[in-house]
Amino acid sequence: MRVLQIIEPAYRATLEEQDDTVLWFTRAIRAAGAPADVLLCGTAVNYTVRGQDAEGFQVGGWTQQHPPAIEHDLTKLIESGARVAVLAEDLAERGIAAEAMLPGVEVLSRRSLGGLCAQYQRIWKW
Amino acid sequence: MRPNYLFIQSSGAGPHDDFAGTLAAALAHDGARVTLLLVQNGALAARRGARAPQLDALTAAGVPVLADEFALRERGIAEVAPNIAPTGIDTLVGALASGAKALWN
Amino acid sequence: MSTLTFLLMDAPYEQARTSTAFRLIDAALRRGVGVRVFAYEGAVSLPMTSQKPHANAVHGRTLEEEAHPTPHAWVGSLIELAKSKGVSFDWVNCGLCVDDRGANDVVEGVRRGSPADFWKMNLESVNTLVIPTR
Repeated sequence: MRVLQIIEPAYRATLEEQDDTVLWFTRAIRAAGAPADVLLCGTAVNYTVRGQDAEGFQVGGWTQQHPPAIEHDLTKLIESGARVAVLAEDLAERGIAAEAMLPGVEVLSRRSLGGLCAQYQRIWKW
Repeated sequence: MRPNYLFIQSSGAGPHDDFAGTLAAALAHDGARVTLLLVQNGALAARRGARAPQLDALTAAGVPVLADEFALRERGIAEVAPNIAPTGIDTLVGALASGAKALWN
Repeated sequence: MSTLTFLLMDAPYEQARTSTAFRLIDAALRRGVGVRVFAYEGAVSLPMTSQKPHANAVHGRTLEEEAHPTPHAWVGSLIELAKSKGVSFDWVNCGLCVDDRGANDVVEGVRRGSPADFWKMNLESVNTLVIPTR
């Protein structure tokens, strides 16, 4: 049973959770045996950009020890065999060029969404 | 058997909030059975006279558009656009139980 | 008996998605469909028994008159509805989310689990709906 995780909102509570909780969830269910892949769209296409740096979050005397490491998490997903795809049109809308992106991310056009969805028995939009 | 998709639109659509509409149209174009259910503020688009070009495009593509009766009543929507059909929430249960791939937007 | 799984994310009193989700689950149980709920993130607070109703001074209603909803009562009602219909109902709170939020005292029958439980629920269901937050 193949699963497609469609992730649209980005940076939602990522500092508090020290993770994108949907990427984290995806890694967790993959570890439990779920053949889950990821499609990034909307603001989440920015997750594919190299150079994201969330260091320095401080509140009073509290300083964050482990800021979210989205690039690391996406890279780990790709290394684990997950397909990580991103929508070309949403990248273009945000001025994200190919050379700015992490390696291993598949760029798809919205026109191919139908064919993509047909490959999955479960499609969960987050 | 044609794949079966149900899109649940819960928010009022804005100019950039068109992923679900785009995906629904793409799937319908590819021959899948697609239905759109408007719930919560998504039901605002169901009012007769509301401007909802993306819904119009979907119905032109043969996609049935339904609206949660409770959400319509909650918003005082007595007159629904002719291309939209009010329905109960158990329609969603039925679609899920029949295996429709359901995406909540 | 067929079973559906729902993943919820929203904390109580924040989004219309919560009441829609409970309406949906209620409808499924009434239809004789078994239900599994995986509560993720803020949704782990839904079954917290420390929720308390309150009066409403703006409307001039006393505590009793206001009868303010508490989602934990909804969860309890779903458990009872499932029993009365002879259908299965299982609510799992994501454990790390419980720890984050201190959502420890919950309705009897709600159990603690992990994303692996969600995957298992999904495999045991005819379908699974994720209701995301925003």
